[in-house]
Amino acid sequence: MNLFQIAWKSVRQRKLASALTALSVSLGVMLMVVVLVISGAVDSAFNQRSVAYDLIVGAKGSSLQLVMSSVYRIQPPIANLPLMYFQQLQDDKRITKAVPMAFGDYTKPEHGSFPIVGTTNDYFLNDYTSGRQFEVEDQPGSHQLDGLYNAIIGSQVARRNGWKVGDTFNIVHGGADSEDVHAEDFEIVAVLKQTGTPNDRSVFLNLEAVYTLDGHQKPIDEVEDRLKKFYASEPDLLLKALTELDELRKKRAKGLEIGDPTMGYGLDTPDAMKEVTAVFVCMKSAFNAISFSSQLKNDSKAMAVNPIKPIQNLMETVVGGIQKALIVLTGMIIVVSGISIFVSIYNSMSDRKREIGIMRALGARRNSVFSIVLAESGLLCVGGGVIGWVTGHFLAVAFAPEVSARTGLLLDGWVVHPYEIWLFPILLALGAFVGFIPAMTAYRTNVADALNN
Amino acid sequence: MVIKTHKHPFQQGSALQMSLRLEHVQKAYAEPDGNVLPVLNIEHYELAQGQQAALVGSSGGGKTTLLNVISGIMVPDKGKVMVAGHDVAAFPEQVRDQFRAEKIGFVFQTFNLLPAFTALENILLGMSFSGGKVDRDFAVSLLERVGLQHRLNHLPSKMSVGEQQRVSVARSLANKPVLLLADEPTANVDPSNQELILNLIRETCLENEVTLLMVTHAMEVANRFDRIDTLSDFNQPARPATAEAGS
Repeated sequence: MNLFQIAWKSVRQRKLASALTALSVSLGVMLMVVVLVISGAVDSAFNQRSVAYDLIVGAKGSSLQLVMSSVYRIQPPIANLPLMYFQQLQDDKRITKAVPMAFGDYTKPEHGSFPIVGTTNDYFLNDYTSGRQFEVEDQPGSHQLDGLYNAIIGSQVARRNGWKVGDTFNIVHGGADSEDVHAEDFEIVAVLKQTGTPNDRSVFLNLEAVYTLDGHQKPIDEVEDRLKKFYASEPDLLLKALTELDELRKKRAKGLEIGDPTMGYGLDTPDAMKEVTAVFVCMKSAFNAISFSSQLKNDSKAMAVNPIKPIQNLMETVVGGIQKALIVLTGMIIVVSGISIFVSIYNSMSDRKREIGIMRALGARRNSVFSIVLAESGLLCVGGGVIGWVTGHFLAVAFAPEVSARTGLLLDGWVVHPYEIWLFPILLALGAFVGFIPAMTAYRTNVADALNN
Repeated sequence: MVIKTHKHPFQQGSALQMSLRLEHVQKAYAEPDGNVLPVLNIEHYELAQGQQAALVGSSGGGKTTLLNVISGIMVPDKGKVMVAGHDVAAFPEQVRDQFRAEKIGFVFQTFNLLPAFTALENILLGMSFSGGKVDRDFAVSLLERVGLQHRLNHLPSKMSVGEQQRVSVARSLANKPVLLLADEPTANVDPSNQELILNLIRETCLENEVTLLMVTHAMEVANRFDRIDTLSDFNQPARPATAEAGS
């Protein structure tokens, strides 16, 4: 029989006390595993999975707000850029891909107030995150934003509302609590499979459709003022834009004359009147990304931000601190559990004095009884830890669909966080630490006294 | 992790015919009030190999201390404790433990079986501590020898008092000792089992040529032995030069 078999016998002999102490360790470890799985999912969602673009180009302002509004869609957008600027970006040789995005509207409150994103089919042809492409649910449909009022919806939107391809819905203008409902019916042409990103809770519309909606066009004079400021240093482009605006004025005046109020509105709107909220761009190289960002920094028109960096900063300063606090808290629970093991074993030592005396009388050395008690402590710590580890991951797997449905976080319950590699060595060390004093008590046991006990 | 023991080459000593010999052995306890209580003062005592002796004496006369000194659980303040030609008292503690595991069997008055271990495991445990081969077949044969082949996997708590003592006898022989020390082995068993236990110990010692020293206060038990030693005849405790509280 080896030391662990003997220690295991002792653990089994005190079933209730052993089970309770191991349970306390397992609860601590389980909590830590759940915290690590969730924090891993949050890290992943905010740092890696959300976007597969190099830069987000938007109006000057807070880089964090630009990312939060365009990538995570949880804050209102800063301001808009002229669509013509997007067209300029398309012509920039350093840029391999530019996808326009327009935000600001939401689904109706009873439909979950999900953010509306006006974009093009290019958005779905690009990976949504590095190496991962959009997939659609196996439902009939064009799966393309071909029609003007077509819509592609995220998995969470579909689940929340029970929507499927062919269903129609309306959206509200402006904020999520707005009562200004657009009259247009949007038809769902595809339901995206779950991505674990903000795309799951987004509704994608044809960008052109966004320009046809009531209230989405500013007065011509206001647009003209903005374009004059925006293109102050580029007279050729300004001239082109102003020409389009003049023609629009004439067209709308003629429409009023002939009694056609649609002239110069809807699809008849020139590009100079159109705006986008952000442009997602892929660069030819990292060097190009840096040079492009630097160029925009010195330009008053727009800014280009790394879609990950502002979030990483936020995670490190705020969320990261909370995560660390939670890990420290669960770590303290494990330490307290370790102390309960110490108390349990130490209290049992007076009852076991005779057993130790018997073992010594049978020829067991001091080192052997010391090691047996230490092994017992280690078994409780590591055994409880294994149970907690498996339970924690099992819970994460079991509750992943529910968490995903409620928060959009894609939990992968079986992913092992790097911290978990240290879990068992630490538990073993904890077992040795809390078992040391009881083991020394066993070591110092006077055999003759113990046998007479 | 296997229990580590340093196999000590305990070869038979020069006094091959003597299994146990005590020479000038003194042992005293330090009392809480600082006084010294002499317990053992044995000039000479010996048992030949295979011999069986009953040791009788008054309560508190030092019988258990003597067994502890012989087994190396305690060290004497003075003198030699020769077992199979080796001075047990001269060994460092680790070697004494190893020697006790290999060469000395113990049968206690209160059996001292470990409650978490089955009958068979109690015997295997004794083998584990000796550092030798853990011979399951031999352990089973020992239990068969004491008539407990049907109780191999029973915990002590599920066995009768007599059965527990029979397991204890089997365990004492697990490492094929040269000397078996029995401390009132029949004191806690009923009369019907007393005879059985006593015969079992004596017969198994004879079969295995094990020297037997049995402490008893019951003369009906002692009278079964050819040799009866009265402790007070050869133990005259005197104030020793030094005192030790025990091992």
